[in-house]
Amino acid sequence: MFQIECPYCGARDEREFHFGGEGHLVRPGESVDDESWAQYLYFRDNPKGVHFEQWCHRFGCGTWFNIARDTVTHEILRVYPITDSRPERKSA
Amino acid sequence: MSRYSIWNIARHAASGHRRWAPAWRSPEAKKRYDVVIIGGGGHGLATAYFLASQHGVTRVAVLEKGYLGGGNSGRNTQIIRSNYFYPESAAFYDRSLKLYERLPRELNFNLMLSQRGVLTLAHSRHDMEANRRWFNSVKLNGVDAKLMSREDIARIAPSLNLDSHYPVLGGFLQPRGGIVRHDALTWALARGADSLGVDLLQQCEVTGIEVEHDRVQAVQTTRGRIATGKLALVAAGHSSILAKMAGFRLPVTSMPLQAMVTEPVKPVLDTVIMSGAVHAYASQSDRGEIVIGGGADMHHSYAQKGSVLTYRINARAILELFPWFSRLKIMRHWAGIVDITPDTTAILGKTPVEGIYINCGWGTGGYKAIPAGGETLAHTIAHDRPHPLVEGFNLERFYTGALIDEGAAAGVAH
Ligand SMILES: Cc1cc2nc3c(=O)[nH]c(=O)nc-3n(C[C@H](O)[C@H](O)[C@H](O)COP(=O)(O)OP(=O)(O)OC[C@H]3O[C@@H](n4cnc5c(N)ncnc54)[C@H](O)[C@@H]3O)c2cc1C
Ligand SMILES: [Zn+2]
Repeated sequence: MFQIECPYCGARDEREFHFGGEGHLVRPGESVDDESWAQYLYFRDNPKGVHFEQWCHRFGCGTWFNIARDTVTHEILRVYPITDSRPERKSA
Repeated sequence: MSRYSIWNIARHAASGHRRWAPAWRSPEAKKRYDVVIIGGGGHGLATAYFLASQHGVTRVAVLEKGYLGGGNSGRNTQIIRSNYFYPESAAFYDRSLKLYERLPRELNFNLMLSQRGVLTLAHSRHDMEANRRWFNSVKLNGVDAKLMSREDIARIAPSLNLDSHYPVLGGFLQPRGGIVRHDALTWALARGADSLGVDLLQQCEVTGIEVEHDRVQAVQTTRGRIATGKLALVAAGHSSILAKMAGFRLPVTSMPLQAMVTEPVKPVLDTVIMSGAVHAYASQSDRGEIVIGGGADMHHSYAQKGSVLTYRINARAILELFPWFSRLKIMRHWAGIVDITPDTTAILGKTPVEGIYINCGWGTGGYKAIPAGGETLAHTIAHDRPHPLVEGFNLERFYTGALIDEGAAAGVAH
């Protein structure tokens, strides 16, 4: 179990949060081919290391936000607003 | 390979069982193989065994970064069944179950196959309707199944609490489903493959894949470079990493799935009990331990250890069904990294790179699939064309939309 720093409420138990999968996925335009559409819908980076992902403080303030988390150590390297763009890997 | 038999046990007893030969060799890596398989779990070993036994392809190496069966194949709860909803899945998983019935003899290894039945519980009117629909589909697919009333369930599972917060109203049983000892399966396949000439290379981690002109050339490993014309990626939760080395992406996410066992008790449970609504399942091992599983951790992870949160949720869930388990101590608790696809159907077949084949995406339920997964991948590699049983499991289905959404239909647990 880990704690997550909600940008609004501060550090809370993992159990209060809902995981929303990889962040920064950009929906392509309507005219893209099937392959690009599938890449957007289904294909993921799934890295062993730093992962940029969305969480929601579901049993709290309800805010959606982004975090950068290490998928091996579970260390949370950065918490940032849902509207921010994906950080450079180094600065995470 | 020296056969295992009662005569051989008697013969070796005379020398105090000190002269048994190792079950497989530990060879040096060769410079080149016809087929290289990455991943020494059940699916990788079964692929090697069937390549050699059914296709005569024996210049094969299985590369395992740790020890054989150290991944999910040695971490699962051993449940086998074929009561799937869609015809593609049912045909595949029933082939696998039939192979499980045949393999102990073929491999000369006691897999401790126990077809004790897998019982799926229904806890509400909606569950009952969904169960009946599922049951009908299973029957139409030609697989054995039996609808069970509350009374039937009370008779076969007297230790189950029928009047919990979510009362048990009925269920359905697959009598041919059950349990197979997981270590025995990997060891038997390893021994079988080795005896046909396959090189099993442990402590051999793949760190790079050489691709030229969209064709695989070789792999780089911690035991040196190994050239090959055909490469199979069979690495469960680590598939995305290998795919990236070869230059493509997968529709897979890696998450921990946990299980736990209690201290041993006298026999109390002789079926496998699963509940989708409560989201937990249990069976009792030969040693008397209660083996318990539930839902996966809900975030990406490669840590091979589950969150205490999920562990608690799973423990609480199983206590709904068996309140008396609360008196038992948990002895061990662990996690494996499972490879989840969007439609919870596996990915088995060719990839965008010529000469690279893949077998992954089994998620929380690919132990039961090992014999057929190996058999069909071996066929796909040998003929460079998908085996008919797995044509629908291809990677292109995510482009064409021909998904096999087994998760929703069968409430896929394990
Ligand atoms: C807790 C738990 C309970 C489960 N219960 C059930 C169940 O009851 N019934 C069921 O049907 N299924 C169950 N499953 C799922 C099942 O265990 C898996 O689907 C199945 O074992 C996958 O087999 P595999 O051979 O593909 O993968 P694995 O056995 O994980 O083998 C993959 C191997 O690849 C190796 N590897 C990875 N990267 C590299 C590299 N770079 N170089 C070399 N080697 C590498 C790994 O070390 C590993 O040994 C469960 C899983 C878990 C975790
Ligand atoms: Zn909050």
